[in-house]
Amino acid sequence: MAIYNRYDMENVKHEILKKRALSAREQVIRMATDGGCFLGASLSCIDLIVYLYSEFLKIDMNTIDSIERDYFFLSKGHDVPALYATLSDLGFFEKQRLLNHLKTNDYIYWHPNKMIPGVEFHSGSLGHLISVAIGVALDIKIRLMNNKVVVLLGDGELNEGSVWEALLVANAYKLDNLLLVIDRNQFQANMKTESLIPLEPLESKFEAFGLEVYSIDGHNFQEIDETFQGLSFNSKRPTVIIADTIRGKGLPSIEEKADRWFCNFSHKEIENLIDELYGKTLKTELTSEKLIVR
Amino acid sequence: MNYEDFLTDIALGDERFIIMTAENRAAIRNINKSLGNRFIDTGITEQTLIGSSAGLALRGRIPIVHALACFLTMRAFEFIRTDIGIGELPVKLIAAVPGFLSEANGPTHQAVEDISLMRAIPAMCIFCPADLQDLLIGLKDVLLSPKPFYIRFNQSESHILHSNNFEIGKAELLSEGKDLTILTYGILLNEAFEAAKILSEKNISVRLVNLRTLKPIDEEIILSSVSKTPLLVTLEDHFLTGGLFSIVAELLLKNKVTANVLPIALENKWFKPALYRDLLVNEGFTGRQIAEKILYKLDMI
Repeated sequence: MAIYNRYDMENVKHEILKKRALSAREQVIRMATDGGCFLGASLSCIDLIVYLYSEFLKIDMNTIDSIERDYFFLSKGHDVPALYATLSDLGFFEKQRLLNHLKTNDYIYWHPNKMIPGVEFHSGSLGHLISVAIGVALDIKIRLMNNKVVVLLGDGELNEGSVWEALLVANAYKLDNLLLVIDRNQFQANMKTESLIPLEPLESKFEAFGLEVYSIDGHNFQEIDETFQGLSFNSKRPTVIIADTIRGKGLPSIEEKADRWFCNFSHKEIENLIDELYGKTLKTELTSEKLIVR
Repeated sequence: MNYEDFLTDIALGDERFIIMTAENRAAIRNINKSLGNRFIDTGITEQTLIGSSAGLALRGRIPIVHALACFLTMRAFEFIRTDIGIGELPVKLIAAVPGFLSEANGPTHQAVEDISLMRAIPAMCIFCPADLQDLLIGLKDVLLSPKPFYIRFNQSESHILHSNNFEIGKAELLSEGKDLTILTYGILLNEAFEAAKILSEKNISVRLVNLRTLKPIDEEIILSSVSKTPLLVTLEDHFLTGGLFSIVAELLLKNKVTANVLPIALENKWFKPALYRDLLVNEGFTGRQIAEKILYKLDMI
């Protein structure tokens, strides 16, 4: 007879999350063809998005319009394949619809928009959604409610002055219902963050702006889970979680390669990459033309 | 009644209204005392002001946002266009000291391209009241409209008795006339009124139109003015490009109509900063100077 203790239960939960993230990664890779997508950036934040929707955010198909729901804003909009994959996996819309990626008969394009069930707001222009989230968080405070507002940002996005402007305001209004998650994959579009516009020491920057700061491994579900579940949301200040991630995580062939941000591969290469994702092969030969758009 | 009292009353009567500012409190010094946490001052942060107004609108609120016209429309332009415009959210932008009203501030503070910028946003509507009375007549409809609105804020003293019949997209016809039409908006209506008076002393009758909303614009009154009078004058404290003259030119061309048009606007330059009356004289925008320009033009056609 099996005896499950809390430790085992947690392990089971993390195994389920891993499996879900793996399947979501496959969906994302399948979008990197016939026009392509921002594959590298999507694979760095996908564990965080899967975790948020599976375990953290109070939002599902039934509460999608509820004033009491939690909010998730994808400020680094080009990661949207990770969100599409997660939302479709959780039943916000039919998985079949992912096949419409970049087709004119649907709205599944390179940046998020509200035509996709579960997407709260459009993004793509960096440095906008902390401000929008502040508006939502302020309204929740005015109504004396307890919903949480989560914003996922890229580390490159932190170059934008509007991010820091918004942090001043979030701090002034003591928005402890606001949680920022930084996908710290160390890259901006084409360059390493630290070699172009250095962000470090990032923790102390956020601390100086009045935020409660946590740093975690953004691919380790146990660490993600412990950190998110440990948040108090009553500290009278906004929280930021800096999640250390790897761009292209799951595909060693593109991991941390500066020119694999936007990827558009052949169908054959996609199948090979999926084999690589599931560990059937170690490395994929990639010859496709690289396309950088923003 | 002044603007702040009007706003306080409407906001107290409807929980959806949130009064916001980027520390521009000139027109709303006391409203925070009545509204409590439905008054939000984000400090000198036009971008965050606009982004957070979009967030409040997502929660069913109608944010009424105050900032200087120049910084609101230009510093925060992309936030207005992207967050409010693409989202088609019912945020109301109260743009302080637009056009000549920036007086002696200098070109950094001159919003004389604001109409041009705002009308380039598909969902955005534009309201340009001529004075306090005109502002208060139209404000309720504008605030309750489901559309985003840019309000070229003007609470100057009223010298003209306005019609209470306000409709978004409908102009106010202040006088019928057969010799020319003056189309104008905002504070320069006073000068247009003065010019019409001077011209009438010379037996020239002026059809005077206060456009009120520039987007949507009253197309019918402009087109009928072309058939009723041999000259259209567009008068505005805005660059010649992108404002009323452009709107009229586009409208006439779209309808395959030609007309004699005298545009009075800022031609590719900022205005010389000065107190309001002095800058009008210096730029040639007083009622008398406008009348002279019109007489000169009438001589040529």
